[in-house]
Amino acid sequence: MTNKILIIFAHPLFEKSNANDALVKNIPVSDNITFHDLYQEYPEFDVDVKREQELLTQHDIIIWHHPMYWYSCPPLLKQWIDLVLEHGWAYGREGFALKGKLLLQSITTGGKKENYCPTGKDGFTILQLMEPFCQTAKVCNMKYLPPFVVYGTHSMDADGLTKYGTMYGQMLQHLEQKDLDLAELSNFSYFNDYIQTKIT
Amino acid sequence: MADGFFFQAIIYLLAAVICVPIAKKLGLSSILGYLFAGIIIGPYVLGLIGQEGQDIMHFAEFGVVMMLFLIGLELDPFKFWRMRRVIFGMGMLQLVGTAGILFIACSIVLRWEWQATVAISLALTLSSTAIVMQTLKEKGLTKTSMGRSSFAVLLFQDIAVIPILAILPLLADGHINNSNVNHSLISDLPGWLQTPIVFGTIGAVYVGGRYAIIPLLHVVAKTRLQELFTASALLLVMGVSYMMQLVGLSPALGAFIAGLVLANSEFRHELEGDIAPFKGLLLGLFFIGVGASINFAIIMADPAFILIFSTIFNTIKFFVLLLVGKIYKKSSDQNLLFAFALSQAGEFGFVILGFAVQLNLLPTVLSNQMMAVIAISMVGTPFLLLINEKWIDPFFGVKERQARNKYDTIEDDKNDVVIAGFGNFGSTIGRLLKANHIPATVLDMDSDRVDSLRKMGFKVYYGDALRLELLKAAGCENAKIFIAAIDNPRVNLQVVEIVKKHFPHLKIFARARNRNDAFELVDMGVNDFYRENLYSAVHLGVDALVEMGQRRYTATRQGQRFIKYDEAATFRLAEKKHDKKALMLSTMHEIEIQEELIKNDLYSQLGAQDHAWESEDIRKEQQDEF
Repeated sequence: MTNKILIIFAHPLFEKSNANDALVKNIPVSDNITFHDLYQEYPEFDVDVKREQELLTQHDIIIWHHPMYWYSCPPLLKQWIDLVLEHGWAYGREGFALKGKLLLQSITTGGKKENYCPTGKDGFTILQLMEPFCQTAKVCNMKYLPPFVVYGTHSMDADGLTKYGTMYGQMLQHLEQKDLDLAELSNFSYFNDYIQTKIT
Repeated sequence: MADGFFFQAIIYLLAAVICVPIAKKLGLSSILGYLFAGIIIGPYVLGLIGQEGQDIMHFAEFGVVMMLFLIGLELDPFKFWRMRRVIFGMGMLQLVGTAGILFIACSIVLRWEWQATVAISLALTLSSTAIVMQTLKEKGLTKTSMGRSSFAVLLFQDIAVIPILAILPLLADGHINNSNVNHSLISDLPGWLQTPIVFGTIGAVYVGGRYAIIPLLHVVAKTRLQELFTASALLLVMGVSYMMQLVGLSPALGAFIAGLVLANSEFRHELEGDIAPFKGLLLGLFFIGVGASINFAIIMADPAFILIFSTIFNTIKFFVLLLVGKIYKKSSDQNLLFAFALSQAGEFGFVILGFAVQLNLLPTVLSNQMMAVIAISMVGTPFLLLINEKWIDPFFGVKERQARNKYDTIEDDKNDVVIAGFGNFGSTIGRLLKANHIPATVLDMDSDRVDSLRKMGFKVYYGDALRLELLKAAGCENAKIFIAAIDNPRVNLQVVEIVKKHFPHLKIFARARNRNDAFELVDMGVNDFYRENLYSAVHLGVDALVEMGQRRYTATRQGQRFIKYDEAATFRLAEKKHDKKALMLSTMHEIEIQEELIKNDLYSQLGAQDHAWESEDIRKEQQDEF
């Protein structure tokens, strides 16, 4: 069983991001995985709606891959969401183009994991903060998976980069080749933890 | 008379055109082709030309002068100054070593008069600049370590000719054959005056180049007459050579200094392009002359002596060079190449021998034999190099070769980006690149602009980008991107065509004046074209929409969409245009295209393609539900 994966990647300063470099470098080369770099494609925010919708139709698993900026995604991804997920296409009475597709968020944060909790600096967990994206997926009839999160990129050393890069590659391979056990997956808050149990 | 000249010219040209391609086909250097062409048409094979080979050679030696001018141009004074130790060290070592050993060997074995031995040793010590530099250039070795060393030694020999010619008369014991031996203007002056005059002349070449020649070239460049520039370039080289001869210096040395002075000027590439074809032709002629002047009668009279002597003298020279290279820590493969390349005797040998005969230092028969030896050694060099390349060099590991490549890339200070045309359009591109620390090599036709831009720190060259030599000199062979931004649209398209043909690896970005230019670019396979009026016109249109009450963001998105749509339409129409080529350039067709565009604009419902941020149909859906 192979799944087709579309990675919608949004990073306005990719060339300076070690963490995302490590992740992107490890994306397996495969006909089933499409890497789509939004800031490279639409530097002037003029997203081509028709083209994006076609891309979405051709894939089974959609990944929003982006750093976390001010508890949300970079603006071009939001622009993309605003433009591409059209009423009557993605949602609404007649909008079922995305029905049944899986949506995974792959997020990098500069701050450490312990900051993201009610007692931490950031006050909320990643899951709480990503509620708007989860809800967007639900409105569009997609299944929102627990996010893949790389914390603490500001202080990450080479070993850490390698570790998360490798994990990302293995995760994509797994998503491509295996069907997910959604029931089992619902026990996990992060995709990182689920994938750890699948790869040894 | 005219018939004679034409006939001669045809013979020379024909011989070259037939022999050189054959030599190339056989994998030999073009020099061998020329030399054999000379031998074949010379007095001992076909006899199409007589003994005038010598005269031709004297004339064609001017090719060597031009070559040194070009070498000077390629070498900036700073680099030259850094080489001074190598030039004097290696040069002196080679000269003294070779001449000394030759003198001792000849004195012991051959028992000529000692004066004759000195003259012959000195004559044979000097290598052939023409053969060596041309060979190095052909093999692409000029920028390697051995190329630089060879050049250093040759340059020193060039300088050494002057004192050698000055010393020879001192050896003569009075009865000089020919009274006008010293043909320089100042030779009658006392020595203490000669030296300052010689140095003064060199200084004059330097100062004159800076403050007279460059401004003069500016004036000439402004006339925009290509041939006038060529004439000035030739005048420059000839003038300097003549001046040098007047004070008794070697013209080649003078030309070299002149080249050096102009190396940093914006005219460098243009001069290079202008002189190169003359140099090539004259050098070819020179090699033919060498071939034709080989006196087979003399060789046949005593072949054993000539051949053995040639071999021994070549061997001595080879080992001296090898030793010099060792002292200067050359790697083995480079050193071998260096020693083989310089092991022959050269054109200066003819000069010294001729002079020595005039001074009665040696008998004419001996001199003729030696001249044959020199010619044979010149013919032999390309073969020796071939032997080295095929059978000796492969024994030295690949390691050295990799190191050499690495050195070459460091040595190469050429830029990845070449911009042709530095008017408003090109200079904006250049500034943007520069602000982002991407250096670009710029070619421009306006010498005033070139001047001021150079002051601002741009690497700008004056010249016609339509010329292949100039494009090569600007580094198109190693660059990655070529930006065609010339003001004149015709010229711009022609440049794109040339670049596309000769440097297919270059990514071309082309300025297009209008849609028709864009069509032609599409035809040539250039998809990155930039219509100069499209973007500003759309911007203006967007502002007009805003002025008419549209929100700026909405109007801007409309503008973005319009540009995309229009670019797509250009590609579409370019194909269509292809179908009816004949109609292409007529104004009728322009109007036709315009009509078609406007018609399509209406159909394509620009702007109604998405409903981002609109809530109308969401609201409608909700109303339906209630």
